[in-house]
Amino acid sequence: MRIVCRCNDVTVEDIEKLIDEGVTDLEELRRLLRIGMGPCQGRTCIPIVISILARKTGKRPEDIALPNARFPVRPVKIEALVGGEK
Amino acid sequence: MIGIIGGGIIGVATAYELAKLGEDVIVFEKRYLGSGSTFRCASGIRAQFTDEANIKLMKYSIERWGQLSEELNHDIMFQQTGYLFLATSEEEVEAFKRNIKLQNKFGVPTKLITPEEAKEIVPPLNKDAFLAAAWNPEDGKASPFHTLYAYKKAAEKLGARFHEYTKVTMIEKEDKWKIKTTRGEFKVDVVVNATNAWAREINSMIGKDIIPIKPYKHQLVKTEPLERGQIEPLVCPPAWNDSYVIQDGEDGGVICGTALEYETSPDDVTPTYDFAKEVLKWAVKIIPALKHVHIVRQWAGHYARTPDNNPAIGEIEDNFYVAIGFSGHGFMMAPAVAQALAERIVKGRTKVPLDWEWFDPFRFERGELRSSAFQIG
Ligand SMILES: Cc1cc2nc3c(=O)[nH]c(=O)nc-3n(C[C@H](O)[C@H](O)[C@H](O)COP(=O)(O)OP(=O)(O)OC[C@H]3O[C@@H](n4cnc5c(N)ncnc54)[C@H](O)[C@@H]3O)c2cc1C
Ligand code: FES
Repeated sequence: MRIVCRCNDVTVEDIEKLIDEGVTDLEELRRLLRIGMGPCQGRTCIPIVISILARKTGKRPEDIALPNARFPVRPVKIEALVGGEK
Repeated sequence: MIGIIGGGIIGVATAYELAKLGEDVIVFEKRYLGSGSTFRCASGIRAQFTDEANIKLMKYSIERWGQLSEELNHDIMFQQTGYLFLATSEEEVEAFKRNIKLQNKFGVPTKLITPEEAKEIVPPLNKDAFLAAAWNPEDGKASPFHTLYAYKKAAEKLGARFHEYTKVTMIEKEDKWKIKTTRGEFKVDVVVNATNAWAREINSMIGKDIIPIKPYKHQLVKTEPLERGQIEPLVCPPAWNDSYVIQDGEDGGVICGTALEYETSPDDVTPTYDFAKEVLKWAVKIIPALKHVHIVRQWAGHYARTPDNNPAIGEIEDNFYVAIGFSGHGFMMAPAVAQALAERIVKGRTKVPLDWEWFDPFRFERGELRSSAFQIG
């Protein structure tokens, strides 16, 4: 078992299985496996997923659009944002 | 052949229901399926409404939700973890009692409980700020991602076709409807407009801009995953700016929402910093311990609001149907609405308790509004 997404425990096998079932859109793969939705926002896993997708579909990695990075770029403690308010 | 415009939960579920009735269906989606509001929603499902039409529709919809994983042969992660509405004043307690009576009348088992009982259901709740709660254990949540995918796969098996990255640019009436898209022209007998926040563009193409939908940007903030079983129901004190918290049924992160909204184009999904501050202010009042967790994501989508916050469902021109303007509760309604609409199109009638009169698309033209549907998640 090789983990690709450490935040959400997703393996290479999980990803390859879905691609084999015909899910070849990165947006769709992300949602079904929650890759890129963990605390690191995909910094670790998205590049690997793109290379798996490219290898399995014959696309060039640079032709696969990166998902949006979302605010906050790194996890922020809620206390820091509500600061002082009661 | 039936052409559905819009690949959100309404369009995709309707495609499945139509295919189930033996129809040839084709769906046009300008981006990827779910890319509109559907993948941005809070996943909540409830029958706690304040009028007969919505209560009956949602009671039926919840029954359908319960069957979907098996019927579609894919786990959509539907869980009946309940909705807990919290009252902060005596007047609100009285209003809750009236709503509960109405819900009970139509078989929804909501009951009034004490703050202590609420705390047993949501252990980290700040119970001191509330006088009572309305609790329906049959309300719940499901995965928007898996639900949409499950409907799509099941529809494809029955022959439905999905054209993603295909934008509808024009519609003309000849002997049949001619739908022009960025990927060619298609002729269909029946059109279904399921583009919700974008729906006026499509209705205008046939000169029938009769449903005054306005898109409002709504946002959510999500925390890192927490241990399951803490904030499982959707918890909402309506008086606190319609703010709510609910643990994601899949990864356990807490989704936080509030009513701060912006009237914008439905293509504008940029999150705003003032939203994060506003929503978290209320979230930590509901669950003080949230102070100590991290938020990891924020995103935006749209409520497609009509003047009375009820959708418009029906036929607005011969063989041209709409199911639009869901005003923030289209995900939960999709199983019931899709079935009702498909049966109406194919058989002319349906057993789904959908009050066509109530959701009549022409009511706005007549200046006849319904009582406002209760709007939270
Ligand atoms: C923050 C937030 C929280 C919410 N929480 C809840 C909740 O807890 N429970 C609930 O029930 N609801 C909730 N909602 C509302 C819910 O998301 C929507 O009501 C529901 O997703 C509507 O589905 P739909 O299929 O009608 O629309 P959409 O999912 O928006 O689908 C419409 C589709 O039409 C496509 N389209 C538009 N124009 C064209 C064109 N010209 N050609 C082709 N395609 C086109 C769009 O790209 C889009 O994908 C929430 C919404 C938001 C924003
Ligand atoms: S490793 Fe996948 S989201 Fe962090």
